[in-house]
Amino acid sequence: MSALGAVSVQFTREQLAEVRRLQALYPDKRAALLPVLHLAQEAFGHISLEAEEYAAGLFDLSPAHVHEVVTFYSLFFREPRGRHVISVCHNLTCHLLGAQRVLTHLKKRLGVDVGGTTPDGGVTLLSVECLCACEMAPMMQVNDRYEGNLTPEKVDRILAELR
Amino acid sequence: MSAMLTIDGRKVSVPEGTTIWEAARQAGIEIPVLCHDPRLRPVGVCRMCVVDVGERVLAASCVRAAADGMTVQTRSEKVERCRKTLTELLLSDYPADSAREKTTGDDLLLALGRSFGVRPEYLTIPRGDGRARDVSSPVIAVDHAACILCDRCIRACDEIQHNDVIGRTGKGYTARIAFDLDSPMGKSTCVACGECASVCPTGALTHKPLTAPIRPRAELKNVDSVCPYCGVGCAVTLHVDPAKNAVVLVDGRPSPGNESRLCVKGRYGFDYALHPQRLTVPLIRRAEFYPKGPLSGDVKGDGRRRKPGGLVDYNEVLPAFSEASWDEALDLVAKRLSEIKKADGPGALAGFGSAKCSNEEAYVFQKLVRAVFGTNNVDHCTRLCHASSVAALLETIGSGAVTNVFGDVKNAEVALIAGSSTTDNHPVAATFIKDAAQHGTTLIVVDQRETGIARHAHHFLRINPGTDVALYNAWMHVLISEGLVNREYIAKHTEGFEALRETVKRYPPERAAEICGVPADKIREAASVFGRAKAAIIFWGMGISQHTHGTDNARCLISLALLTGNVGRPGTGLHPLRGQNNVQGASDAGLIPMVFPDYQSVEDAGIRKRFEAAWGVRLDPKRGLTVVEIMTGALEKRIRGMYMMGENPFLSDPNINKVRKALAALDFLCVQDIFLTETAEFADVILPATSFFEKTGTYTNTDRRVQIGWKAVEPPGQARLDWEVVSEIARRMGYPMEYVTAEEIFNEFTALAPSYQGLTYQNLQPHGKLWPCPDPERSDGVQLLFGDGFPTPSGRGKFVPCEYRPAAEVPDSDYPFVLNTGRLLEHWHTGVMTRRSRPLSTIQPEAFCEMNPDDLAAAGIPAGAYVSVSSRRGSITLRAHASRRIAPGTVFIPFHFREAAANVLTNDQLDPVGKIPEFKFCAVRIDPATA
Repeated sequence: MSALGAVSVQFTREQLAEVRRLQALYPDKRAALLPVLHLAQEAFGHISLEAEEYAAGLFDLSPAHVHEVVTFYSLFFREPRGRHVISVCHNLTCHLLGAQRVLTHLKKRLGVDVGGTTPDGGVTLLSVECLCACEMAPMMQVNDRYEGNLTPEKVDRILAELR
Repeated sequence: MSAMLTIDGRKVSVPEGTTIWEAARQAGIEIPVLCHDPRLRPVGVCRMCVVDVGERVLAASCVRAAADGMTVQTRSEKVERCRKTLTELLLSDYPADSAREKTTGDDLLLALGRSFGVRPEYLTIPRGDGRARDVSSPVIAVDHAACILCDRCIRACDEIQHNDVIGRTGKGYTARIAFDLDSPMGKSTCVACGECASVCPTGALTHKPLTAPIRPRAELKNVDSVCPYCGVGCAVTLHVDPAKNAVVLVDGRPSPGNESRLCVKGRYGFDYALHPQRLTVPLIRRAEFYPKGPLSGDVKGDGRRRKPGGLVDYNEVLPAFSEASWDEALDLVAKRLSEIKKADGPGALAGFGSAKCSNEEAYVFQKLVRAVFGTNNVDHCTRLCHASSVAALLETIGSGAVTNVFGDVKNAEVALIAGSSTTDNHPVAATFIKDAAQHGTTLIVVDQRETGIARHAHHFLRINPGTDVALYNAWMHVLISEGLVNREYIAKHTEGFEALRETVKRYPPERAAEICGVPADKIREAASVFGRAKAAIIFWGMGISQHTHGTDNARCLISLALLTGNVGRPGTGLHPLRGQNNVQGASDAGLIPMVFPDYQSVEDAGIRKRFEAAWGVRLDPKRGLTVVEIMTGALEKRIRGMYMMGENPFLSDPNINKVRKALAALDFLCVQDIFLTETAEFADVILPATSFFEKTGTYTNTDRRVQIGWKAVEPPGQARLDWEVVSEIARRMGYPMEYVTAEEIFNEFTALAPSYQGLTYQNLQPHGKLWPCPDPERSDGVQLLFGDGFPTPSGRGKFVPCEYRPAAEVPDSDYPFVLNTGRLLEHWHTGVMTRRSRPLSTIQPEAFCEMNPDDLAAAGIPAGAYVSVSSRRGSITLRAHASRRIAPGTVFIPFHFREAAANVLTNDQLDPVGKIPEFKFCAVRIDPATA
């Protein structure tokens, strides 16, 4: 069933081979949906509705089912994201130790709201649940790296390194 | 094994695996639920049904299995406190106005709130989460704020209807239901069956009012009836507002056929009966409108493009008629028909009944034509749908009806669906087939289009149009050569095997592959899957029957079943899915030119004598003419006078440009209908009839289930019951026909129809009966026919071998495409009803042709552009839709739309046996539209 009509995203032949390999690992191929969605995110930068529909076709699943999965997990990006992703923890410990101040500072410096990406496509700013690093609260994740004990000054330094 | 447990102090014994909730219900103890519905897989997400089983925490009774020795408390203080808190929490952000409470008045959450004394207005938590409403569907209102995420709609969509449209999106506080990729419902792939709205416990998904405001079911009059659309014959409850004289809501009834399921037409397509264009007074053509001819631009064929959803403009057609009294109109009909009979003989008269009418109406109509007109020239639209299937079935197994019900697909190891877009044409039967396909039945679908049901197939064989005989001959070739035939069955119950073997020998899969375009190994695989099945059932539709070799196609499917012994056992059988709500019944009642009621030949002197005695007149010993032959007869002035009850041949017959001339050539035409149809534009007299909802009668569905539809509302104006009008005409032509009730007619019919023997209005309630029914007091009727032989002279089923013949008109360089016609889910035949239903017409407002995008690209036509489609018989203009579901070189056009009538193009060549026209195959050309 096509909710959107023409599909504008396509895996390469090599990526498709990887999809088949992942699907073959499980008795029910739909178990490979998560790794294939990660592959899609890697390939297309983010998971658009077209990509969800494309994935549904690869798994003989309804688009609604794939949409459920994509919207459930916070690590799937449904909009184009920047070259760098900053995820500020807003959970209890970080909150008590000044996460809001860090977030406000980031918003001001980047000129974007939570969920937004800077106009140059450089940085996407997110506010997320606990990242399990309360010992360094307030903390954030910058791409695949944790940064803790944050102050506005430290945030400025980190941003300068990113550019 | 059974489990003995104690629920609220009561000892209950249930089979092992029964849930506590179910066990309590059997003991008469009701446990409140929100997410649970006995028709759905229990999931235990709402926790309202928690009970105390003496453990540390409460257990959800809808999922917890009853265990031996268990002690259950369903109403302890702890349990009640828990349920009350849960209700408070759910109501804390529940919208102030629930659409369910305002319509059907059965909001389960608010009812629970009332029972616990929780009043939303006293809750202090800020309400509302800003979740939106979605009113994009014409029939279902979505209020996300009233959704409690119980998943009932998701399971109903996935597990009952198998449409898989609804899912959840987001998580935590942002979680809500979503359609496809979170599209608005009206823009999603939702087919508007309404199953979600019917299971929703809150105001989240509700039926929109279509005719008059929906009020609580208890305040409305509830009438048991059946759906007026297709042959599945879903049992429904009509909820009627007597003050407004309107059906306001339709629910599915839990009958053995549909198990409460409905499709968009059955649930929401009832508003046509209240359309302002209903005929309410008899009409006589004015003198200045002779000689007769079409009145509206569309019927004239002026080729002008009209706006989508356009109906006939009554201002264009009504000036041709003057209002008359019933006496004037009926006298005129009787006088003119009698004059023609006297001048040109009974054979110059003919009648078309309708498979939309009841058994009683069909019976009196054929009686009028046979006993009063004095001819067997009586036929109806079965000629255009399954005439070839019935001919093949009568010839081979001696009976034209199905040998098993569609619901028995669940017991089949393999189901073959041949030439049937079941999800469009028999949507509720399709849900049972999809069910089976998910639970172990291997589904083989053979079609030229990738239909909705093909998506559920384990094996999909896309064949070239019109090549079925070659394909099934090759299947049988494989079965015989691989020894996958049932020798014992062939020896005991069949005849003609040797001849069949000789014929199919010439169809090795490699040869068939060249003809039908299906690779030889796929043919082998499918044949062998079918041949190895312990029980296989065959369904077929118009893709088999509507060909000049339609009878041959059906013969092949029958041979396939006989060869493998797949008749007369559970999970086996032959099931031509019947089209109209009463096409089985209208045929049973004798609206067929060759046979009296119950397929008793008019040419058999003994039978004729019996009917002559019953009806008190001499009867015509010659078989009459069929639908298309009658039209040809009209054109050649052999047929001069016609009476049509509920048929619209102008749009339903092939080659409309010829039908136009034929209808105009009739000396006299009386049309009885509920709207001024395209055919009625050619009438001398138009008689206003009653709609389905305004009369009582019986209808026989595709399963042979005879059901009663009870009168729900009063007819408008002077509209009269069809059988009353028929009786009046008979009387005025000098034949006494004095019926008082439909029931009386039913009794006369059953006395003459052995298959219906024993059935009465009393024992047909509440769910009807399958015919034959030898023991109507105790049994539902015979589900499986022919477990031990067939009603043929030899008692055996006959193999009739067939050779592949191409269609009558094959593509060439002038007309390079193959045209296939058919129906859409939302529309019914010539659109007389459905195009006057606001929701149905909103969903599918306009004509289109479906083409492969590669063909469109090659022709330089953008998708969505208007194209002109022409055959040797005519030309129409309509939009082109691009779809990969359709093979290159082929075009599909639905035939409902008067402004671009597919039957302008179709070929009126007939199958030599079934006399069915070749609706599924003719050659056409595609050009960009000029204006």
